[in-house]
Amino acid sequence: MQMRVTVNGRVYESDVEPRTLLVYYLREHLRLTGAHVGCDTTTCGACTVLLNGKAVKSCTVLAVQANGQEILTVEGLERDGELHPLQKAFWEEHALQCGYCTPGMIMTACELLERNPFPTEEEVRKGISGNVCRCTGYVNIVKAIQSAGRQMAEQNKVPNDQSEVVPSGN
Amino acid sequence: MAINQCELRPMGKSIHRKEDPRFIRGQGRYVDDIVLPDMLYMSIVRSPYAHAKITGINTDAAYQVPGVKLIITGEDLEKMKLAWIPTMAGDVQMVLATNKVLYQYQEVAAVVAETRAAAVDAAQLVEVEYEALPVVVDPFRALQPDAPVLRDDREKKSNHIWHWEAGDREKTEEIFQNAPVVVSQDVRFQRVHPSPLEPCGCIADYNKGTGRLTWYVTSQAPHAHRTVLAMVTGLPEHKIHVISPDVGGGFGNKVPVYPGYVCAIVASLKLGQPVKWIETRTENIASTGFARDYHMKAEIAADENGKVLGLRVKTIADHGAFDAAADPTKFPAGLFSIVTGSYDFQQAFVEVDGVYTNKAPGGVAYRCSFRVTEAAYLIERTMDVLARRLNMDPAELRLRNFIKKEQFPYQSPTGWTYDSGDYEQTFKLALEKIGYHELRKEQAEKRARGELMGIGISTFTEVVGAGPSHSFDIMGIKMFDSAEIRVHPTGKVIARLGVRHQGQGHETTFAQIIGEELGLSADDVLVEEGDTDTAPYGLGTYASRSTPTAGGAAALCARRIREKAKKIAAHLLEVGEEDVSWNGEAFEVKGLPSRKVTMGEVALAAYTNLPEGMEPGLEATYYYDPPNLTFPHGAYIAVVDIDTGTGAVKVRRFLAVDDCGNVINPMIVEGQVHGGLTEGFAIAFMQDIPFDEDGNCLAPNWMDYLVPTSLDSPHWETDRTVTPSPHHPIGAKGVGESPNVGSPAAFVNAVVDALSPFGVEHIDMPIFPWKVWEILRKNGVTE
Amino acid sequence: MIPTAFDYYSPTTVDETIALLQKHGYDAKILAGGQSLLPMMKLRVAMPPILIDINQLDDLRGWREENGYLRIGALTRHADLEQERNLMERYPLLSKTAEWIADVPVRNRGTICGSLVHADPGSDWGAAMIALRADVEVIGPSGVRRVPIDEFFVDTFTTSLEIDEIASAVLIPSPIGRVGARYMKLERKAGDFAIVGVALQVVKANDGTILDAGIGLCACGDVPVRAKKAEEWLIGRSLDKETIQQASLLAQEDANPATDLRGSAEYKRDLVRVFVKRGLEEIADELR
Repeated sequence: MQMRVTVNGRVYESDVEPRTLLVYYLREHLRLTGAHVGCDTTTCGACTVLLNGKAVKSCTVLAVQANGQEILTVEGLERDGELHPLQKAFWEEHALQCGYCTPGMIMTACELLERNPFPTEEEVRKGISGNVCRCTGYVNIVKAIQSAGRQMAEQNKVPNDQSEVVPSGN
Repeated sequence: MAINQCELRPMGKSIHRKEDPRFIRGQGRYVDDIVLPDMLYMSIVRSPYAHAKITGINTDAAYQVPGVKLIITGEDLEKMKLAWIPTMAGDVQMVLATNKVLYQYQEVAAVVAETRAAAVDAAQLVEVEYEALPVVVDPFRALQPDAPVLRDDREKKSNHIWHWEAGDREKTEEIFQNAPVVVSQDVRFQRVHPSPLEPCGCIADYNKGTGRLTWYVTSQAPHAHRTVLAMVTGLPEHKIHVISPDVGGGFGNKVPVYPGYVCAIVASLKLGQPVKWIETRTENIASTGFARDYHMKAEIAADENGKVLGLRVKTIADHGAFDAAADPTKFPAGLFSIVTGSYDFQQAFVEVDGVYTNKAPGGVAYRCSFRVTEAAYLIERTMDVLARRLNMDPAELRLRNFIKKEQFPYQSPTGWTYDSGDYEQTFKLALEKIGYHELRKEQAEKRARGELMGIGISTFTEVVGAGPSHSFDIMGIKMFDSAEIRVHPTGKVIARLGVRHQGQGHETTFAQIIGEELGLSADDVLVEEGDTDTAPYGLGTYASRSTPTAGGAAALCARRIREKAKKIAAHLLEVGEEDVSWNGEAFEVKGLPSRKVTMGEVALAAYTNLPEGMEPGLEATYYYDPPNLTFPHGAYIAVVDIDTGTGAVKVRRFLAVDDCGNVINPMIVEGQVHGGLTEGFAIAFMQDIPFDEDGNCLAPNWMDYLVPTSLDSPHWETDRTVTPSPHHPIGAKGVGESPNVGSPAAFVNAVVDALSPFGVEHIDMPIFPWKVWEILRKNGVTE
Repeated sequence: MIPTAFDYYSPTTVDETIALLQKHGYDAKILAGGQSLLPMMKLRVAMPPILIDINQLDDLRGWREENGYLRIGALTRHADLEQERNLMERYPLLSKTAEWIADVPVRNRGTICGSLVHADPGSDWGAAMIALRADVEVIGPSGVRRVPIDEFFVDTFTTSLEIDEIASAVLIPSPIGRVGARYMKLERKAGDFAIVGVALQVVKANDGTILDAGIGLCACGDVPVRAKKAEEWLIGRSLDKETIQQASLLAQEDANPATDLRGSAEYKRDLVRVFVKRGLEEIADELR
């Protein structure tokens, strides 16, 4: 099936099998391997990306369902060589160990801070409960998200979208 | 930005991790991220039965799926003498079932196809005929004389695998006969699974032209895996190149060699194309190395004042269908005999019997130094039973029985030599910090009002860092570890180690050790692990052994470089070597500290301006065989509240005071503790892999095998004391598994403490709300 | 982890959708939020040859109040109902239930009617819609019909939808009076299906008596269950201690939970009592 999707500000046109899950489309067609697969049951959230600004588990969306939509992945967070405040905060607060959950966790946090720039610990914990981390025990992830929220409020950055059409990887 | 890796003297500083920039950008490179030209995908056909004869396999329909290249069955592997492989525990296990299957989800056939989807589609079409056989899931039933013998391939016609014991049976017996107080408790450590977020997987890439196999695998022990492969497949070891790329968590799950790996390699050997196999979560939980499944009985003999005298432990170890535990060869029950823990027992006797059942094989060290978790849980749990029986505060009982600071090095009755410790100091800090006496007061007040609150203590001793090589080997290979350091002309360093991190932060901490020893910053040192072509041989990362072994190797290797550097420094400073001293950052002329040369200057000279006759270059390799294990310890205190309506337990506070000796990076140590506590919490309250009587696995995915989320996991408080290891080159001990080893007992002790007014002495994990509810209702407590 | 192959349709009108259902019958499955269906397809528990994605049906979006009802379009996501401030005062049970469903990314995607049509007895929405006395609006070849929620659930994973019908909306009676609601749930882990869930809505008349009480039970039978005896007991009474106590006992009588990994039937029945009691006590406090 033909589809056209905007990922990280770039438009891709692809021909995919309808059963292709969005996560495999991103990983194998576009070679954006930040979203990971950690379970088969929509539990772990390692594959989380933003679909039209909303966090979704990309293992539980068909690629063809993203036709005509906009996707943001962890690879699209850095702007002009500058890390996103969440990326910085995860680094500074030691909010990752093996790194496998990190891209999904950051994307869920991205939407959370959009809705609520100053979440309490309880609100962060509620917000990220769909993203499993097996390494950190979550304490530093909570800290990082709160810290990023404060930084973002200070910066109040407006992302600049520069769209261009490119053919897809496959 | 506060991130600074450029400071000199990096040891002991919370330097931000060097590995993070790639992970936060989504640029980690895990095995499933790797795509090779002409790569094929493999999917495995698994048994729906726990015990059945295979009477036929038909692959015709499967071969009709477009893109299918190869289907491997047990019969094919038999021809290659690969249907069975040795396990690390001295047993053998099936790669693909030949005549029968011994557990549900056992590997029966492997399908290789051009796409992931085609492989899965075709695997579904492989028709296997089974004839069901009687199933044994209970290890006690397995030991009965009339139980069906599961392993008819063995000479011994019994489900009993081995008997192992430690300590002195007679002397312990004597103590028990004369002891005024004896308590006894049956304790189960349920079947759990390490479940790292990244499941197991590999790409086997055999190049017919070069005759070399490149094997990308998410592995905690790439060198050991290469040796095992060489032994199993007959490929010469130098023609196997193992690459363990970024590893998405391991926790012991990625130590064994699994059947899927062998199948992928066989497929690549046959087809001459790369073959990728990435397991699903169900495959991960239901077929790869589980942990624990120990049925234990502990008895403590004590006097009336609570002084412990003797310990007796009897355990049935359920290993499933094959003994695929990843223990050192001489230790079929791992280091379980550390079960006397932090307490000064006169005598102890420990026996363990391994048993086969129709369950997935394993018994791996899940965030655990080979059965230490079971041991720590058992002794900490049973000490509380003793305290209850003596009507004594469990804190007081512990203080009366700790091995004293002056007793180190301490000889334990089961044969261990504890290196160092100050249990009283650590425990007193914990008691003070959590406000133990105030909590007890609050508890008394609440009890009077009918509210249930509990305080649980665990003051555990860990044993980590296998070797030393005189006692520890895996399949004959001694358990040392290694480092190789190359200092390049501009003073920048590449260091390679035989271990393989999975999130522990080696790229940072080993750079700190080496930077400290060489007068450089952590930023000046690039640490590489996981490539058997480049890294020196080592046994890998598990059992908290990286810092005790490879950490020691890194320090001593750097010191070896410093020895040569000193000679070059003397040459540059134009004095005799005996007139040069090292000040931590540079070489200086004794008595003339202003005359100095840095390691950077020495490095340049090593390639440009050497003393007459000296071999050029500045590099060294060090294989470190530790003289002893290290013995970290900790004091953990949990405070819980119980909902009398639902039976739900809320962990209100948890304080972990750890002593892991000298600390390389406090931030990373704290992170390790946080993570291990969340795993310990999950084991105490959420996790179990139950089976029904037909051997069906009832928790084969993350819907039913419960992994804790941010909402489940409590907030953690941490602190630290420092008792350096006297024998370790930098006085460090290792910490990764302490929180997982020490915490389950604290949680359970807290819940039992809350319920103790009802005479409750023990509850088996996981403490689901319904278990607490049953106790409450039985005792007339209701909302 | 990979679904079996299927033909994919993405109709843009309801008529087109119905026509596809008529053509493909039992071979076709409707894909809405996909948060139950796609996981089942990945595990190959479900293997539909035809998938009809209704996400392009704009008519099924959004909510509005009309004719004494709140009409919630089938494609309304759990997260919309969780976060929609305009609904929190009059329809508090919606937000209070939604926040218990799975987790944020799943709630961003999963839809209210998708959940109802899936008819899992452990569905939080099922219990809530019982408590709210909702109707399901159904569209088929012969037009639109309304099915009371109690008649909608037939059995586990089975509704009274015909094979060529889709659920297009749920209709919730607009309450006249002060409304208090709670969703009480115990989970083995956050985001898990309920060990037991209890949805409660109480509408209070000006004189303080209970005008209407709705109690839906989750994981207490083959379908979401109405605690009918407790509801009847409450109507016309005031929310005092004894009334609540009795309601909590009566609610147990309609609960028929099964013993499983989540606990015994006896345990779950007691949870019903505890949750009805706690929920009503909280509501009584709130509406005091």
